[in-house]
Amino acid sequence: MMKNCEYQQIDPRALSVLPQSAQNNTEKTVQRSRRKWEVFPGKNRFFCDGRIILASQSGVLPLTLGLIIVTCGLFFAFDCPFLVKHLTVFIPVIGGALFVFVVFSLLRTSFTDPGILPRATPDEAADIEKQIDTSGSSTYRPPPRTKEILINQQVVKLKYCFTCKMFRPPRTSHCSLCDNCVERFDHHCPWVGNCVGKRNYRFFYSFIISLSFLTSFIFGCVITHITLRSQEGKSLVQSIQESPARYPFLVICFFSIWSILGLSGFHTYLIASNLTTNEDIKGSWSSKRCAEESGNPYSYNSIITNCCATLCGPMPPSLIDRRGFLSLDEAIPAVSASEIELPPFTVKSDAHMCTQSTKDVLERMVHSYDVHGLCPPATPKTTPLDLEVSGPAAASSEPSLSAGCLPQDARQPVVPPCPPFSRSNKRRDSLHSINPAFRLASPSPSLSRTTFILGDAPDNGFIPLP
Amino acid sequence: MAETHSLQDMRQQAAVAAKVFLQRDYSNGTVCQFQSKFPSELETRIDKQQFEETMQTLNNLYAEAEKLGSQSYIEGCLACLTAYTVFLCMETHYEKVLKKIAKYIQEQNDKIYAPRGLLLTDPIERGLRVIEVTIFEDRSLTR
Repeated sequence: MMKNCEYQQIDPRALSVLPQSAQNNTEKTVQRSRRKWEVFPGKNRFFCDGRIILASQSGVLPLTLGLIIVTCGLFFAFDCPFLVKHLTVFIPVIGGALFVFVVFSLLRTSFTDPGILPRATPDEAADIEKQIDTSGSSTYRPPPRTKEILINQQVVKLKYCFTCKMFRPPRTSHCSLCDNCVERFDHHCPWVGNCVGKRNYRFFYSFIISLSFLTSFIFGCVITHITLRSQEGKSLVQSIQESPARYPFLVICFFSIWSILGLSGFHTYLIASNLTTNEDIKGSWSSKRCAEESGNPYSYNSIITNCCATLCGPMPPSLIDRRGFLSLDEAIPAVSASEIELPPFTVKSDAHMCTQSTKDVLERMVHSYDVHGLCPPATPKTTPLDLEVSGPAAASSEPSLSAGCLPQDARQPVVPPCPPFSRSNKRRDSLHSINPAFRLASPSPSLSRTTFILGDAPDNGFIPLP
Repeated sequence: MAETHSLQDMRQQAAVAAKVFLQRDYSNGTVCQFQSKFPSELETRIDKQQFEETMQTLNNLYAEAEKLGSQSYIEGCLACLTAYTVFLCMETHYEKVLKKIAKYIQEQNDKIYAPRGLLLTDPIERGLRVIEVTIFEDRSLTR
């Protein structure tokens, strides 16, 4: 196995031979033309024939929707009649408009492709590997692949993504939960059930802003209601006791207001400085550069321009072309995979293996069956030592934060840490404690932290399977 | 799709000699620009100036798509006000420019590149990462 971990040059001509030989089989087996979403390699789910895209774990999205609908339902049922009578009819109108806007934004965030980058074609991957310098094949731990480029006279490191087989564009990150590289990756939000990236960041932002307004509005109306009732002659406690259904309602509103307002404030800051949550947590452009805005090469150095660029900029198209039809040569890897009948994440774990040569991956898909016994199921590249820890975490469909956080933290000491990795981790922790916004905005950043840990681990090198 | 049909015919008839990948140029940030350095493999096939002109036009078209101007701001604000439902009926500015780019590439392929045994692949098919230039074996010329 170790010998197979040596870096091997890929001969593109060898690659072009393989699909053609399988092509004859494809023509017989594929009876209807398939759409590209059906063979999409990431861990996403598609509905309505590819029109709607969701992450594989959307467990908390129904909860988010449920909370919003129930809270608004209680508001309309119990508070509106009273307030309409005593104040104005516009209260339910405003509430209704905000509710509609919140739900639309939420669904739009969840169902939109966040900016997924399609994986490199084998030819492209071969070309990239040819360009990478290798010192020799004696070590079985190839050096981490990074490329330094100049962006606006600032040095930025581009990392090589082993799963997608390409150098990630700047500001792109690989989400391990969805197993995709996402452009301008912000974080993976479990509440929304999707990654937040270039294409749906504006929807996400309008969701949290409108939700802040909605929760503040509802909270204000409820307080007004209670106050008005108590002014009618009864005491405050008595008027609360009159409608006890309001208790959980008020508690939900109170806590959600703080976290949502905090999150909105945090994202407003990010937008104004043209940063992503990912960059902010990692501290990519901060304090060590000693100048807030010149550190970030993507910032336009003007708050208004930054805001306009992020929120009102042109809407980039989806790069993955979910509903396009597969051409014959693209259908081949999918057909050969289904013919072998390996479980889906085993096929992906082939890509995760330490043998980066694409030729080996294709050979394994066609020839070997015993690979899946050795490969960790659908987790980032780690040793089999971590299987027990990481396996259940990855395989579980419950995106609960505690379950998500603990195994990853436990895994860190097991993976022999590369110095940069552990250093950046410490820096991340210190940033996490310093920034008060993180305490308030609990759901997304903490899970995103684990996502970054997962995403970063393979980039600093990896450990081959023994 | 008659044009792609003829290009596919060419693909099937001629063997692929090599593929050249023109990567993205990030020196100006994350805007979509491609490196216009003339690859050495194409030296024997096409005029350098012609190639650079094609690349420059493509880069200009992508810059137009991603331009932050009043049109994109109006489109963004309108979309926000209609809770983003306007995109269900209207094509975005970016998509319109992408169609223009697709047409331009097709036209360039038909007029200039196909006669020389080359084929430009629209970068949108490669996730806007690379411009793939396929070099076909030149059976007509003897060397």
